[in-house]
Amino acid sequence: MNGRPGLRSLPAMFSVDTELAEQADTHLTDDLPPAVSVRSLRRSYGNVEAVRALDLDIAQGEIFALLGPNGAGKTTTLEILEGFRTRSGGEVKVLGVDPERAGRAWRERVGVVLQDSQPEPELTARQCLTLYAGYYDHPRPVDDTLALVGLADLGHRRSEQLSGGQRRRLDVALALIGDPELLFLDEPTTGFDPASRRAMWDLVDALRTSGTTIVLTTHHMEEAERLADRIAVMSGGRIVAEGTPGSIGPRELMAPELSFTVPAGVSLDQLPIGIGVTHMDERRKIRVRCESPVEAMFSLTHWALEHDHELDDLELRRPTLEDAYLHLTSPEPAGSGG
Amino acid sequence: MSRLVWHQTRYDLLTFIRNRQARFFSVLLPVLFLVIFVGVFGNERAGPAHIKTSTYYVPGLAALAVLNASFSTLVISITAQRELGVLKRRRATPAPAAAIVGGRALTSLVVSAVVVAIVVAIGGIAYGVEVDPGGLAPMALSVAVGALVLACLGYALSTAIGPADAAQPTVQGLMLPLAFISGVYIPSVRLPATLRHVAQVFPPEHLVAALSRGFLPGTDGVAWGDLAILLAWGALGLAIALLRFRWTPASARG
Repeated sequence: MNGRPGLRSLPAMFSVDTELAEQADTHLTDDLPPAVSVRSLRRSYGNVEAVRALDLDIAQGEIFALLGPNGAGKTTTLEILEGFRTRSGGEVKVLGVDPERAGRAWRERVGVVLQDSQPEPELTARQCLTLYAGYYDHPRPVDDTLALVGLADLGHRRSEQLSGGQRRRLDVALALIGDPELLFLDEPTTGFDPASRRAMWDLVDALRTSGTTIVLTTHHMEEAERLADRIAVMSGGRIVAEGTPGSIGPRELMAPELSFTVPAGVSLDQLPIGIGVTHMDERRKIRVRCESPVEAMFSLTHWALEHDHELDDLELRRPTLEDAYLHLTSPEPAGSGG
Repeated sequence: MSRLVWHQTRYDLLTFIRNRQARFFSVLLPVLFLVIFVGVFGNERAGPAHIKTSTYYVPGLAALAVLNASFSTLVISITAQRELGVLKRRRATPAPAAAIVGGRALTSLVVSAVVVAIVVAIGGIAYGVEVDPGGLAPMALSVAVGALVLACLGYALSTAIGPADAAQPTVQGLMLPLAFISGVYIPSVRLPATLRHVAQVFPPEHLVAALSRGFLPGTDGVAWGDLAILLAWGALGLAIALLRFRWTPASARG
């Protein structure tokens, strides 16, 4: 059951029979079973199909981000994986167990951070954690967990007196107190200021080092790019793309965007033909997708030098994850090259 | 399991004590009413039974304490916890449902017992309300049955309430008229027969009657009939709660 030496707390390790543990180790080192395995998952509400024929594999120790617009089926999928919702069809295994039939032993191994839950307002941060520690057989030490989420100095403060970011980190701590192998993080930084967001990212990095598998949802593309080993984009109840943050969707195929401000006194037809410009906005800004960026850049800079124009804000930008995401989730299929 | 119930009870008690609304309705209000009513109506012997005003009000307000601690406050707090996602998060832990629900019900019982003791003590010390020592055990039994029955009914009612801010008006709208016709504020003998009959259908009247044993002349021992009716209500509440109770916020149910 536990093939990750050094990751779980020591008492948990020693509670496993030594011989069995060794067998498990040799068996699991070369071929770890996936933390999450989903085949043909379906969920409908009346006539509405929220999730249709979804397949998903998440490896142990992986940080996996599930992206998609509101109503794409993310929350339904997550709640099925967490054991909060039943499914209409398909196979689901989370840590080798069907969440619909999972019991206490499974809950010991899974941590859940809900999208908008609050810690108990009347209890202090330390009391909240002590309460939840009592629910588990082998909890993490309370003070270590407070320190892990950066609340070591605020343990005595009532959670209703914590800031929004601190409350959210306490919420994460409550999901970590059981020392889970698998953590679900549903929109962990929505509404955060940049500093709190960085703090949460550092926390996820710390968990990555400890080998915890994390399933994350977010609307923040930079966050997915920064944290996730792998990303799946959902739209209309299906996964429409899956891959690493750098390669997902048509991102590698999408043309880079060239942008600059047209110098004063220059009209559109005076620009070099090679960059294919047809439109500039009210602030004289031009944005154009280039199939051959080197050629476009050359003809533009050559022209600028020849006519002695400065192009102060000249920029050639690779498509971002957000570009790929918007392309994947747009209602009408958009052609590449804008 | 019993360790976990007690663990939950400790933290629920802490939560209860730190919640202003819970403190006000369950602890302060019954004591305040006792002082006000005796102050306004005097402490003379009156009425057909020829008893002191305070002797009449102590059991009634002890019942109010149980009603507020075990029913009103419980409905308001679990609705709030459900809508804040607290219940759902607890459901995601290995803690058995029975431990979490049992801990909260035990909290109601402990608070009810303490406030009843306070009301009876103030009645005794400040107004000379006498309790028959033989009536203490039946009174404790009535408080225990009343608190647990009302906790079941509280869990049942919470399933009919959506947003958290609807809990307060719902419980007050239910409890205020019931308390008035059940002899908490006005002696039942002054009520028209129809209202008395209506009151006899519902739990508060029977809780007041059960707690009045040992205070009023000619009544003693355990009020088995009243307790049986309370237990029947408790069974109904438990059945509804088992069928309909949800851990997830009503606002987020698909």
